[in-house]
Amino acid sequence: MEVFIQQTINAVSLGGTYALLALGLAIIFSIMGMINFAHGELMTITGYSLMYCGLVGLPFVIAAPFAILIAVVAALLMERIAFRPVRNSSGATLLVTSFAVAVILQTLFQNLISPRSQAVILPDMLAQSVHFGSLSIGINQILSITITLVILVLLNWFLRHTILGMAMRAAAEDFSVTRLMGVRANAVIAGAFAISGALAGVAGVLWVAQRASVDPLMGFIPVLKAFIAAILGGLGSLTGAVAGGFALGFIEIYLAAYLPDHIQPYREALALGIVIFLLLLRPNGLVPAFNVGREKV
Amino acid sequence: MAILTVEGLHVHYGPVEAVRGVSLSIEDGEIVALLGANGAGKSSTLNAIVGLVPTHQGQVGFKGESLVGLATEQLVRLGVTLTPEGRRVFGSLTVEENLLLGSMPLGKSADRRKQNLERMFDLFPILVERRQQIAGTLSGGQQQMLAIARSLMSSPKLLLLDEPSLGLAPQIVDTIFDQIVALRDSGITILLVEQNVAMSLEVADRGYVMAAGSIVTSGTAKELGSSHLIEQAYLGHQ
Repeated sequence: MEVFIQQTINAVSLGGTYALLALGLAIIFSIMGMINFAHGELMTITGYSLMYCGLVGLPFVIAAPFAILIAVVAALLMERIAFRPVRNSSGATLLVTSFAVAVILQTLFQNLISPRSQAVILPDMLAQSVHFGSLSIGINQILSITITLVILVLLNWFLRHTILGMAMRAAAEDFSVTRLMGVRANAVIAGAFAISGALAGVAGVLWVAQRASVDPLMGFIPVLKAFIAAILGGLGSLTGAVAGGFALGFIEIYLAAYLPDHIQPYREALALGIVIFLLLLRPNGLVPAFNVGREKV
Repeated sequence: MAILTVEGLHVHYGPVEAVRGVSLSIEDGEIVALLGANGAGKSSTLNAIVGLVPTHQGQVGFKGESLVGLATEQLVRLGVTLTPEGRRVFGSLTVEENLLLGSMPLGKSADRRKQNLERMFDLFPILVERRQQIAGTLSGGQQQMLAIARSLMSSPKLLLLDEPSLGLAPQIVDTIFDQIVALRDSGITILLVEQNVAMSLEVADRGYVMAAGSIVTSGTAKELGSSHLIEQAYLGHQ
């Protein structure tokens, strides 16, 4: 029972990070019809920002929000420099552009910083744990779960109760008609990138807080997982992205915990097998987007 | 004074010429019908006026100002708006959220937004009851009313209506057309694209008939109603 609770906490923590990343992908996809594969590099940028903040001795409580801010700025620059010029192109062009941005950034990290993994100085507190009876829960897991929940609530509030949030939900459904409402296309898309950057930044901080290191390719695997989570949840659906993120977190952690040792090497394959099975049952995802199949922008 | 003038408008989709040199003008306070068979280029003309599809050639003037080259979101602030074909309400948003978005061209004026909201609820009482309902769950007729109300939230001077009666029950169509007349009487100029020729000519002051991307005939509603020009345009004999 204790193992089960422990693993469930791990699952919520990992799933929460996947959910934040998948949400970032889904927000951009719902509005532009583009999967931003450079999303992971926003995480990496956050990681390097944390590393440099640590080196100059900034306390973590200042470094973390600062690193998230850097991710937001980076996301906005990405949109302005790389994606705006190709905004009205085909989905394939957008996809390849995002791959190009990812590779360029990875190469820059490798050449300008280091191809090797760099240590990130974190407060000791993060590595400690709290004990409840025989259960021990890491501080960084508690933080990660709390922060994920706070972000989800805030984002939900923003999308439901602010005019920009409403405009973004409208744009996700029908971009042309949203422009007929006098909503500036650039403002909505920049807003979407800012939010997606913030989500990647938060996920980046949580990711680095677990590992205390950062490397040029750090963002690739989590963003791939987030992409799977977004598809599992229903591509373009924000609720779906969260559901998919948590679902994938649970699948991975429970498989790691309960699969017999000799099957463990097939864990990833089994996890993806379960995802495929779920998609066979629900081809549009767990919580399908409202406008599946409609044209974007 | 003409509130809208379109001169020599051309719209292309790739190699396809959807609109070939359309010219028309609308006087302040008129209802003008733009008629024609499916694929004649009526919707493309409307979409080009509001900048949702690019104008390849030609001029569009609104109250003496050129609209060509302006982004849709800019020109709706000048007082032109379109209620698109197929209603296209934001189905996952509530009725009220749809209406609030419609008022965005007004800028930050919360008073006018509230005033317009009240006015829409007077004009379309059904929307009051459905205020918090998700728009996608409304009936077709209710969605059409919401789509029109959403357009009116920006206090437009000129309203372009694309197929407002499409797919609606005859009784609802009557209501919608009554409302179109009421809107004109309240001072809004209307350009109406319709498949329902008889009803359109009943409410319109004048009409233009399009076929294969060009205007083939025009005249007062009475003239068009009593001639065979429209039938010819629909049947393709020009």
